[in-house]
Amino acid sequence: MPAPLMQLDGLTKSYPGVRANDDISFNIGEGQIHALLGENGAGKSTLVKMIYGLVRPDSGAMTLYGAPFAPAQPTEARLNGIAMVFQHFSLFDALDVAENVALGMENPPPLRDLARRIRTVSEEYGLPLDPTRLVGELSAGERQRVEIVRCLLQDPRLLIMDEPTSVLTPQEVGILFRTLRKLASEGTAILYISHKLEEIRTLCDEATILRGGRKVATCDPREKTARELAELMVGQILTPPERPARAMGDVVLEVDNLSLKSSNPFGTSLKDISFQLRAGEVLGIAGVAGNGQDELLLMLSGELRAPRNQVRLRGKPVGHLGPNGRRGLGVVAAPEERLGHAAAPDMSLTENALLSAARRKRLERGGFIDWGKAEAFARDIITRFDVRTPGPHVLARALSGGNLQKFVIGREIELDPDVIIVNQPTWGVDASAAATIRQALLDLAGKGAGVLVIRQDLDELLEVADSFAALNEGRLTPVRPAKGLSVEEIGLMMGGSGDMHVAHEAAE
Amino acid sequence: MILGSINPAVLLAALMVAATPILLAAIGELVVEKSGVLNLGVEGMMIMGACLGFIIAVNSGSPFLGFVGAALAGMVLAALFALLTQVLMTNHVATGLALTLFGLGLTALLGQQYVGITPPRTPRLDLGPLSQIPFFGRAFFRHDIVVYLTIALVGAVWWFLKYSRAGMILRAVGENHDAAHALGYHVKRVRLMAILFGGACAGLGGAYLSLIRVAGWTEGMTVGAGWIALALVVFASWRPWRAMAGAYLFGGVVVLQLNLQAAGVRIPVEYLSMSPYLITILVLVLMSSGKARASLNAPGSLNKQFHASG
Repeated sequence: MPAPLMQLDGLTKSYPGVRANDDISFNIGEGQIHALLGENGAGKSTLVKMIYGLVRPDSGAMTLYGAPFAPAQPTEARLNGIAMVFQHFSLFDALDVAENVALGMENPPPLRDLARRIRTVSEEYGLPLDPTRLVGELSAGERQRVEIVRCLLQDPRLLIMDEPTSVLTPQEVGILFRTLRKLASEGTAILYISHKLEEIRTLCDEATILRGGRKVATCDPREKTARELAELMVGQILTPPERPARAMGDVVLEVDNLSLKSSNPFGTSLKDISFQLRAGEVLGIAGVAGNGQDELLLMLSGELRAPRNQVRLRGKPVGHLGPNGRRGLGVVAAPEERLGHAAAPDMSLTENALLSAARRKRLERGGFIDWGKAEAFARDIITRFDVRTPGPHVLARALSGGNLQKFVIGREIELDPDVIIVNQPTWGVDASAAATIRQALLDLAGKGAGVLVIRQDLDELLEVADSFAALNEGRLTPVRPAKGLSVEEIGLMMGGSGDMHVAHEAAE
Repeated sequence: MILGSINPAVLLAALMVAATPILLAAIGELVVEKSGVLNLGVEGMMIMGACLGFIIAVNSGSPFLGFVGAALAGMVLAALFALLTQVLMTNHVATGLALTLFGLGLTALLGQQYVGITPPRTPRLDLGPLSQIPFFGRAFFRHDIVVYLTIALVGAVWWFLKYSRAGMILRAVGENHDAAHALGYHVKRVRLMAILFGGACAGLGGAYLSLIRVAGWTEGMTVGAGWIALALVVFASWRPWRAMAGAYLFGGVVVLQLNLQAAGVRIPVEYLSMSPYLITILVLVLMSSGKARASLNAPGSLNKQFHASG
């Protein structure tokens, strides 16, 4: 066991109404890859923010190499050799790679020298980057490289990684792991935050599991099964979703050779998309973020209009219809962004329910809203999908991500659609809520609806999908049956590893 | 020939003078918006600068003190805006509009006794032989120092935003305040400084109107210059040199239409008076359209409330 690099002792942090971290203690050794495991809301990010100086603990202490360590702000943490790769929130689209890197450094060299160092370091660790490109134009994997390179340039002693693989293809994950192992072998400690159990079992030397703000266990993840870890994390026994046997029906939704320009200047245009969705089928679409998922959802929901004949519902052209027209015919959608796209943040749940269900559920009469009916409908969703909230009068923004997601998906499912399109339905949702949502989608398919799930998490996708396709730079691969597909095959369908390559053998 | 009575050198000279107040206000607002704050109170800060600069210059007899006072007056109003929007978290748009109305009202009161007075003259900068060059001397080298300082300021802002680390941090804050906060930058402090800078520039622009361009005080004398400055910033895609081109274009059309009015062209005066606004906006729209990338220049966090979490 190497000497502890950092010791956490009794860290506690409360926010009004929540105890985010309660008496958390563990050690991180030099050169150790230490996993921090827990569901959303378990207190992982609060803990990391304390280490990085963004949040001050209410009580408890940290030591770094035996000396007391209490960073008042990130600058101080960085000066002490602590670097962090954020899950999101830390890159600037309109600035170029070198500027983004410079912003994360304490005393950056002039930009020209920095650009040279970026090239050297990124080559050395197998993460090639062009320092002059605008970050807004980079893929998700490349953006992550920017963050990692930014950290590496500061010779960190402790590198914190917050869910780094959620945006990567399996091949890219492999390369990232090799980079991390190389770093660890050079003595850098890595605090690796994730809820992907298999990853942690392959990568990490030690794991600390948090649940509800408390430490549940510290263990060697390689000695536990994924199931044991999951149960420690969730605190209950998990059951995989039931899949009622069902027959596939006729084609309900059909898209033909459709190319469509993205409405977002940094977006990905759809190129030559064709597929068919049958009644009772769950079609899973995988792909690394930014490969056209958002555009595909917009095109199917009607927010982006398509040529009339290239999108057909039961043979009837619907391409020219907007979201309301399509919803009227039974095509509903739940986009990825919950606040601001799927739900209006400052409106109550009743109002949000009304917004999408007004027509199909007849919540309005002669142009007037039937508030009684609308509220009853919102209550229905809340009970059926176990949305934890005081009532339908609560503002959408006041709900936690998982609860709002249950509400948003529940709202669409309650419309008895013929086709439902969901993007990242369980993103940032805790395990039990995710299970509820998956089950609801499967039940809907069992009732004969066509379900199209866009998702980056392959394990989850394979758990629910009957058939499978991947989006890669706006193109959709041919649809294949999900049964018997290996993760490697899927990775290739998703576009493989791009230009990432493994760090030079000589350097290892 | 009516147009023959217009001297191009005089026209160019007048254009630079007409453009300066708007350019000052616009360059200040450009920095404010680059930091992610939309301050619609430019008109209010300008008229404060115009009024207080005038009062101070008349009472002290020094135009220089007038300009200093005007910058401070603009900053005071901007500080009020910063207090409301950055500390008390009020809505940017409503606060900015209120600031404009407040500035217009307050200056109408303060300036009551100063209507019809002539301010002390601001000396022309002596550029020696340069001002003797035929045509060019008359057009470009016989101005007061503020005209040249304003151009220097545009250059300085351009350099600051493009090459300095502080400028990069300012852009970062405006582009994504959550990310900037996560990296440990002080979003509010950066914005406060930008807002104060914007206030000072707007105040100077106002004083230029009352002390030099018009050389007199009347109630509401900015007549929308602050709004034009705001529009310039957007249509110039937040680029300093483009904002300057826009301001000079606007100034040029203003001067030209005044000359046409004086020359008695048979176009109704109302059309001539509205022409600078129409033409400037039209040209800037044409400049910023067609390129999808132009819109990308808008700071990503512009006009979004920043709540520090945790």
